[in-house]
Amino acid sequence: MAGKTLFDKIWDAHVVKSIEDGPNVLYIDRQFVHEVTSPQAFAGVKERGIQVFRPNQTFATPDHNIPTKDQHLPIQEELSRMQVATLAKNCEDFGVTQFGLGHPYNGIVHVVGPELGITQPGMTIVCGDSHTSTHGAFGAIAFGIGTSEVEMCLSTQCIMQPKPKKMRINVEGTLKPGVTSKDIALYIIAKLTTGGGTGYFVEFAGSTIRSLSMEARMTLCNMSIELGARGGMIAPDEVTIEYVKGREYAPKGEAWNKAVAYWRSLPTDTDAVFDKEYTYKAEEIDPMITYGTNPGMGVAITGNIPSLDSIDKASHKTYLKSLEYMGFAPGEKMIGKKVDYVFVGSCTNGRIEDLRMFADAIKGKKKASNVIAWIVPGSRQVEKQAKEEGLIEILEAAGFELRQPGCSACLAMNDDKIPAGMVAVATSNRNFEGRQGPGARTLLASPLTAAAAAISGVITDPRSIN
Amino acid sequence: MPIEKFVTLESTYIPLPIENVDTDQIIPARFLKATTKEGFGKNLFCDWRYEKDGSPKKDFVLNDPTYSGEILVAGKNFGSGSSREHAAWAIAGYGFKVVVSSYFADIFRNNSLNNGVLPVVVSEPFLNKLFECVEKDPKTKLKVDLEKQSITNLATGDTESFEINSYKKNCLLNGYDDIDFLLSIKPEIEAYEKQTVKF
Repeated sequence: MAGKTLFDKIWDAHVVKSIEDGPNVLYIDRQFVHEVTSPQAFAGVKERGIQVFRPNQTFATPDHNIPTKDQHLPIQEELSRMQVATLAKNCEDFGVTQFGLGHPYNGIVHVVGPELGITQPGMTIVCGDSHTSTHGAFGAIAFGIGTSEVEMCLSTQCIMQPKPKKMRINVEGTLKPGVTSKDIALYIIAKLTTGGGTGYFVEFAGSTIRSLSMEARMTLCNMSIELGARGGMIAPDEVTIEYVKGREYAPKGEAWNKAVAYWRSLPTDTDAVFDKEYTYKAEEIDPMITYGTNPGMGVAITGNIPSLDSIDKASHKTYLKSLEYMGFAPGEKMIGKKVDYVFVGSCTNGRIEDLRMFADAIKGKKKASNVIAWIVPGSRQVEKQAKEEGLIEILEAAGFELRQPGCSACLAMNDDKIPAGMVAVATSNRNFEGRQGPGARTLLASPLTAAAAAISGVITDPRSIN
Repeated sequence: MPIEKFVTLESTYIPLPIENVDTDQIIPARFLKATTKEGFGKNLFCDWRYEKDGSPKKDFVLNDPTYSGEILVAGKNFGSGSSREHAAWAIAGYGFKVVVSSYFADIFRNNSLNNGVLPVVVSEPFLNKLFECVEKDPKTKLKVDLEKQSITNLATGDTESFEINSYKKNCLLNGYDDIDFLLSIKPEIEAYEKQTVKF
């Protein structure tokens, strides 16, 4: 019998019941909850007159709607304030731990879970948010669910899921200078398209992946949903174990030793078989940038927007609609395009390493006068660390300011909206039409490429600024 | 709590021949601030459907009286992106009972099924034919039969079968809800918890 994959080992250990020609009843170790996709789920639990089944396995934090300025004041917009208040009330009513606005642990749900050690290898983790795939970086099965499934999980700590197919994506070799895990993600999605992973759960493997820090791994797994995959994951190793050790919710003492022994048993067996497998060379990856309205529309920063004859004829209508929205034409080069906004943050690139990377790149330089920049930490803890490390002084000396944490301009549910027609280089995850505000034009890139754009005012190869 | 039953449907359909329609287009994030499931239908495809002043955009298919029906037929990879179930609520709220495409994003597919909206996967040629037929005759009808797992283009008589697991099929045919099922097996869930190791 063939060996088991990392995914199989965790999935199989969490199946409560298999339904013939149907989904598995999958036990969920941790559920994360935020204010946008949970109110209807809590309302459903209330309507049934039941309790949250395992309140100590659910953690909540408001993040999507919260302002990134003056968080000590009441939220000005009524609907946002209501949603944040509803989350607080629901958590109180059902005994769920909430890191509310102003709490030292508040922040984006996918930044908070890992930094508190709530996210651990071998777990099943869900959240009513597609970027739950982030937590897969720890060697966990983590994926986004809808609100009906949030309600299932609150009610029974289980959801019903058909077992996805398995894909492995190997990246081998050494990354070139100026290339980050965000570029790896955009490169893979450009190759496989945003539907390339549909129906699959992805394991990222290979020497390049092994060499990534925990935070870089989170960026990569975060973006696996943009490949259409159910989620992405990376086998736990010493980097993972070292990261989790000592964090507030991590196992302690004897439990820690047992947990580590279990985690070491999780990596994919050498004779395990995947339904699909791809291998890429690290040295072929350049800093990437998107030019269109889905994350698969990306090119090397030195490249050109694909010409029409390189696009499948059946897709011409969609392609031209996308470029028209962006104000671009087929064949144009990306370098030199004017930039109006730069957004650094989100569950993709809002961690301390991302802020360090940006600060290092802009250190001693000045923000371009035509650029408005929003630098938004992923959590209160990231903000605190940025202060302690002196990153704020570096940012301020170059004309940038650090805002308060939240999802911010990634999906513009708060006031951080890119105005219509403006071009934003964003370290977030989606360049969909209107994602950063109606009419906003988003170019996805790494924090280094964002830094290069912020100081030059145009799309610039990050390797050319130092 | 029961969901709406689905057995068969014969209806004209509305074509949306755009690929990779993401859930941000189906329902933009600024409409996600509600705390109930109602009222999303009016904002379905809001930014494609309305001008800034709220007047309908003439060239968008939902505003074109030529097309109507309870079936939406869309280009490949429909429902990609965000996990927001609000997208399924908007589609159901508008009055669609079936969405047809050559493939759907996984989360959207689950969300649709959980709200009594049937996602039907057809082949690319079948899909392209549907776009062709409706362009020639907007009154072209489709027949969807869940029991038989078949979809028929009534203009051409072409039929394809579609996949759905028998559990979900049974749920839709009878209006069953996953949560009721999960609550009914709570003793098994508790037994599972007892035999697993926690750190």
